[in-house]
Amino acid sequence: MESKSYVSKVRIDRSPLWKKSAPVLSELDMELTERCNNNCIHCCINLPSDDISAKEKELNTGEIKEILKEAASLGCMSVRLTGGEPLLREDFEEIYLLSRKMGFKVLLFTNATLLTPQLAELFARVPPLEHIEVTMYGMKQKSYESVSRSRGSYESAWNGVKLLTEKGIPFIVKGTVLPPNEDEIEEFIKWTSNIPWMSSHPSLSMFFDLRYRRDKGKNHLIERLRLTPEKGLAILSRDREGYFKSTREFCSKFMSPPGDRLFSCGAGLGKGCVDAYGYFQLCIPLRHPDTVYDLKKGSIKDAVTRFFPEVRELKASNPDYLARCAKCFLKGLCEQCPAKSWTEHGTLDTPVEYLCGIAHTQARYLGLLKENEMSWQVKDWKERIRKFSESIS
Amino acid sequence: MEVKNRFDVIYTYSDDIVAREIEGELIIIPLVSGIGDMEDELFSLNETGKAIWDKLDGKKSLKEILEILSDEFEAPKGEIEEDVVGFVNELTKRGILVEVSGN
Repeated sequence: MESKSYVSKVRIDRSPLWKKSAPVLSELDMELTERCNNNCIHCCINLPSDDISAKEKELNTGEIKEILKEAASLGCMSVRLTGGEPLLREDFEEIYLLSRKMGFKVLLFTNATLLTPQLAELFARVPPLEHIEVTMYGMKQKSYESVSRSRGSYESAWNGVKLLTEKGIPFIVKGTVLPPNEDEIEEFIKWTSNIPWMSSHPSLSMFFDLRYRRDKGKNHLIERLRLTPEKGLAILSRDREGYFKSTREFCSKFMSPPGDRLFSCGAGLGKGCVDAYGYFQLCIPLRHPDTVYDLKKGSIKDAVTRFFPEVRELKASNPDYLARCAKCFLKGLCEQCPAKSWTEHGTLDTPVEYLCGIAHTQARYLGLLKENEMSWQVKDWKERIRKFSESIS
Repeated sequence: MEVKNRFDVIYTYSDDIVAREIEGELIIIPLVSGIGDMEDELFSLNETGKAIWDKLDGKKSLKEILEILSDEFEAPKGEIEEDVVGFVNELTKRGILVEVSGN
């Protein structure tokens, strides 16, 4: 008899390619809490773990279950559980199991400090089907806890990583570049190369977001901790050839002036983020009141099929934005977006000088801009992109 | 155990998987470890597989399923039998289907 297969393995990543039309919702972020047991100096979202008023406002297990049920009915395949620190929730295990039993792949963002042998056992028995993402803040107790400002967190984080390793639970780590740990980057990268699930260098946060809730008290410190564009470039281009190669590939696809349409990213396109209190956002940072949807008064389907598309049609009206960002061809190098404008200025269309500086510094290094030239003044940008895309570093 | 010549057996979906139909695709998602070879492996069924899958309700024996499919597709029983046997063997090996206990 001819050998015939009735079942095939499929890899559905976070941007699945469906044979027919894509489902209404492909992926969902669930920010289970804004509270965190760490108090990181650069963090854009954390509230104290014992913030009772925040805890009382959080969605309860039943409400989260209803949201997950609707997401499943809309075809969603992947749920990201994030925070704050999602493992702080007493019902985390229940939410995790609910998600997996509904047929979601689960992507967990954690600092790993609250991982217990029981939880590791659960992840080993019922795998998340996505690599757990652990953020590490230092290779030594002093550096780690200077960032986390939480006594004992260094040992707890390393214990968490050890548990995942021992149980063979796939995970990757991400790093941050901050004054207490900036001398440890090479040591950190070397350590991550021994993690079997790391297929490339770890991502390193260094151009930090301001507070998503615009609670400005911590912003001064975050601004002071941000790397200068020049210092950031020095880190990004440590591997000059690799940096040119990846930027060239990216630039060939994503470099053109965006015009006055504010949303040129994929935010809200078949995906979104539910915050800890039941508000549905196009992406994790974007909390401008005009762009969030109250799920207690509506549905995910209504948000994704009606509300989000309306928001995505918004156009810039700020003259400064129209004169600069709308005409800037460095879109692929610049993180300017409505979410960043919101966190920095409380608007959707204000140029963020810090991001503009980073993009221009990179563009000059890559040869896309001349010294003192501003991107929105460049007329022959298509030619420059073409030459750059075809060049060999 | 090979299914050939055991058509009185009833099969059903394993509790170790979750099956979801999304945009016309039947996707089988492992719930416990050991179903796939890799940590992020999901499965989909071809059209023949899906037709057989839809008949597995934990109540009908393979013999009954064969008869239903034979009528439905107006195909010779031998041909259908080959597909059903192949399908059940493959999915039981992967732990996606299990025999209903007590039959």
